[in-house]
Amino acid sequence: MSRATLGWIVLGWVGFALLPWYGFDRNAVHTLADYFVSGSALIHGLKGAWWLLPILAPLCLALIPVIRPSAETKGNWLIASGVLGLALVVLQGFSIGLNGWTLDILRNLFGEPGPSQAGMGYGAALTATAFLIVLCHGLAAHGWCRGDAFVTSSIGVVIALIIVFVFFPVTTILASAFADNNGNFAPYEFFAKFMDRSIWGLDCLSSDLRCGVAWNTLFLGLLVGVGTTALGLAFALIATRTGFRFKKLLRLMSVLPIITPPFVIGLALILLFGRSGALSAVLWEWFGVPRSRWIYGLPGVFIAQLLAFTPIAFLVLIGVVQGISPTLEEASQTLRAKSWTTFWTVTLPLMRPGLANAFLLGFVESLADFGNPLVLGGNYEVLSTKIFFAVVGAQQDQGRAAVLSIILLAFTLGAFWLQHAWLGKKVYTTVTGKGDAGIPLPLPRRVALASYLTALPWALFTVAVYAVIVVGAFVRSMGRDYTPTFEHFVTAFRVERADWGFYFSGSAWNSFFATVKVAALSAPLTAAIGLLTAYLLTRQRFSGQRAFEFGTLLSFAIPGTVVGVSYILAFNVPPIEITGTGFILVMCFVFRNMPVGVRSGIATLSQIDKSLDEASLTLGAGSSTTMRRVVLPLLRPAIVASLVYSFVRAMTAVSAVIFLVTAEYNMATTYIVGRVEAGEFGLAIAYSTVLILVMLVAIAVIQLAVGERRLGRRSASTAPSPVAVQAVP
Amino acid sequence: MTVKKNLAAATMLAGTMTALSFMSAGAAQAQGALVMYCGVQEEWCRAMTNAFERETGIKVSMTRKSAGEVYAQVKAEAANPRADIWWGGTGDPHMQAAEEGITDEYKSPKMGELQDWAVRQWEQSKGRTVGIYSGALGFGYNTELAQSKKIGDLKCWADLLKPELKDEVQVADPNSSGTAYTLLATIVQIMGEDKGFEYLKALHKNVNQYTKSGAAPAKAMALGETTAGIAFMHDIVTMVVDKAPVKVVAPCEGTGYEIGSMSIIKGAKNLDNAKKFYDWALTADAQKLGAEAKSYQVPSNKNTPIPPQAPKLNDIKLINFDFAKYGSSAERKRLLSKWDNEVKNLPK
Repeated sequence: MSRATLGWIVLGWVGFALLPWYGFDRNAVHTLADYFVSGSALIHGLKGAWWLLPILAPLCLALIPVIRPSAETKGNWLIASGVLGLALVVLQGFSIGLNGWTLDILRNLFGEPGPSQAGMGYGAALTATAFLIVLCHGLAAHGWCRGDAFVTSSIGVVIALIIVFVFFPVTTILASAFADNNGNFAPYEFFAKFMDRSIWGLDCLSSDLRCGVAWNTLFLGLLVGVGTTALGLAFALIATRTGFRFKKLLRLMSVLPIITPPFVIGLALILLFGRSGALSAVLWEWFGVPRSRWIYGLPGVFIAQLLAFTPIAFLVLIGVVQGISPTLEEASQTLRAKSWTTFWTVTLPLMRPGLANAFLLGFVESLADFGNPLVLGGNYEVLSTKIFFAVVGAQQDQGRAAVLSIILLAFTLGAFWLQHAWLGKKVYTTVTGKGDAGIPLPLPRRVALASYLTALPWALFTVAVYAVIVVGAFVRSMGRDYTPTFEHFVTAFRVERADWGFYFSGSAWNSFFATVKVAALSAPLTAAIGLLTAYLLTRQRFSGQRAFEFGTLLSFAIPGTVVGVSYILAFNVPPIEITGTGFILVMCFVFRNMPVGVRSGIATLSQIDKSLDEASLTLGAGSSTTMRRVVLPLLRPAIVASLVYSFVRAMTAVSAVIFLVTAEYNMATTYIVGRVEAGEFGLAIAYSTVLILVMLVAIAVIQLAVGERRLGRRSASTAPSPVAVQAVP
Repeated sequence: MTVKKNLAAATMLAGTMTALSFMSAGAAQAQGALVMYCGVQEEWCRAMTNAFERETGIKVSMTRKSAGEVYAQVKAEAANPRADIWWGGTGDPHMQAAEEGITDEYKSPKMGELQDWAVRQWEQSKGRTVGIYSGALGFGYNTELAQSKKIGDLKCWADLLKPELKDEVQVADPNSSGTAYTLLATIVQIMGEDKGFEYLKALHKNVNQYTKSGAAPAKAMALGETTAGIAFMHDIVTMVVDKAPVKVVAPCEGTGYEIGSMSIIKGAKNLDNAKKFYDWALTADAQKLGAEAKSYQVPSNKNTPIPPQAPKLNDIKLINFDFAKYGSSAERKRLLSKWDNEVKNLPK
């Protein structure tokens, strides 16, 4: 019996016998006794909550191998204890709710209302986790995953989290697609809603009528996916393979849009290109281009989404471009290939995992984007806004929202499968332990030229958009009244000096602090779970791996609005009662943003030769040491990408959190949306600039803390570095 | 090996504990004795919260959301309500909630001080929701743009059909906005269903965009993105007060209106405080706060001074709006799908 297993068995007992089993009543005052012993499941069970007592049985089962150690039966006992324990916890949790029995069968059998209980608390959470891990240790003892308890436990924990925070809420809401307004099962209504002409109509091909919203969404997604991948690649090539002098600036600028709160890019585009926009005025006065409303609709949304999502493609691609080993390119050149041929037949194919991932992310992001279509969509409707208004609009039709969500989900997953088919089973390994790999080749001239021609005008355009944003924060009312003022900042961020210290009287402080707190908590959790999952997916082989991968993508594919409503439906009542807490916001962000960690982790990991891990394992390191000492340092670009992305998304997400915020945990974005609704663009923009600054600082801190990945390669200008020497055994 | 396992165990434990510590942070929430969902502008919501706290010492936890969002949330939370009172926001979702029984009945002692329309709202909902302010529907136009396009004065709904206004009128999509649904119901009530839809089809030719949010046309007018826009008059007034070149019009054929409402959530955890707030919110002193927060709706308490900027309900030809009929979900669904099929999908 290992000490870890023993430890978890003890923790299981602690959760059951010492810690409070239930969450606290929020309005009561608590004593120390509430936190310890007296609120435990054991005491509750003896006092009448009889349904908690059977959980003692699996806890005792787990003790058997402790008392009578025997290698053959140990695994069996642990598995039995884990399975039975989890089953009992889940069963009692779901069958007994706040108001008695939750199932009609139980009500009929045992009479109404039956016993009642509150949501689970620390104790329950700890005991359930302990059962899970004991189960995984048992499976490891049976030889699963080469008997590696760390791997089985990791798989177990990730699966359990995905079931609780993705599958459970999502099935809750998708079930409503098949129900009518009274909650009865109505498959016919589902088909009627599903086949609606407003979704699948193709009238725009034959007449000037509108096409269905599904086609609109798909078309926009494909455009944005291709566009962001191309732009991201251009930026990544310039940043890694050319002698461009303003690389740092370019990098910063390409990252700016990702840290811009929603609505702001849309607003800036209106202020630039709207009918009374600044650039439209110039075009009209100088070139006689008539002012029009072209920005509202597909062009506007497309431009805004390109601005917003190119950085994601860039972040994914830069790691991949950096990781391509120059050895292969040098080999190609030695064989007399021209630099263009080398680029086309060697470099580009090696980027395929990166390109596919960048495209997938751009496509999916476009599908899920809500802020830009809302501001700029005009009469071009997409699924995400349609879903939002199916829930909150005048129709108030949750079933319709669920049907539309299913379509959106199908698109996303379709893209995922296509990507798999395209990447196939080819090998993209280029980071190996074989030491010095040469100098990266300069780009062929036409590729360099094409990159510059795409990236530089776009960079200039980005600058213009951000100039508008900065100006907008410091003038009274952008577009109407250009009197310079600090008024917006004072309203939002006033700090007064009181006798007892500083008093934050500005109206934005509340949401600001809550947002920073939630973002700072969710970022490391997201990165950890995401990269762990990526590691399990690329480095371990276990049955059900595909389904596992599918599960990790699911939450990303579902539009924010649906996630928000589903979290309320699933987590507002026992057994897991966490609405109104900061915890639900953190969990929402972790599971919405985890796929980015997974994707960038997979993209980077598939380049790192497995023989590096194997070398470490052969030398006697366990899989967690290997991960910490070998894999993690090589994963630095992926770590930065997922930390940055999850922090930023936690600060800028809007549609998912709009239903989850409370008075105490109000988020910056919901505050900004409120200001935009009230027409106070200046205040919204001012707040956004502050958020942008905070995120810039955060990104710098993350970069500094994680550090750069050092591959054993020379750079063109310096002599072989000591790092390169070290890497040669 | 043991080091590795301990490390793994420690990491997982640390993760669980961080998660749990956050749960307790949430559990400490709502020591405050009243949880309020607020459906109007942030500034007004804040003013109400502060004034009530000062007056009673009851701590208010306020969350601001649009009316539709509050409705969706209250409905999703019905099994275990989080909020006590839902104050403000257009009347339709309040009526819908009353119809579904997720809000509670209450008769305030202040009912006698209220305008007739506010009391009628209360009666129609069987005591589940009460009017706190009202605002008339209207339209506005950007005077600078109108001058440059030589459009002349606009006074009536019919004027919006002028051919000069082709692609110059903005209104929200009734599927997403209560404001636009009020327009749909108003036109049907003024002109009758057949003629009303004829009007809407003709208007469709002049509409440049069906926006998502009801107040968006007012903003677009102020920025000069559209010449004319249909919205609630108080939303347009806010733009005028902000010195935008916009003129507000009360249509000559008469117009419909909304009744901003207040409901107590069924199963409220702080029912007594919710009632206290309910009574207080109906007083003239509390209703005065709207104008101070730059919201120019007409308050429901007869003794509240009407803000000078507010559109005077007496000067506006209000129709006898049938909230019960046009607020019911069956009629709404029918009208909306008719509008979708017959108007929205028309070619321009």
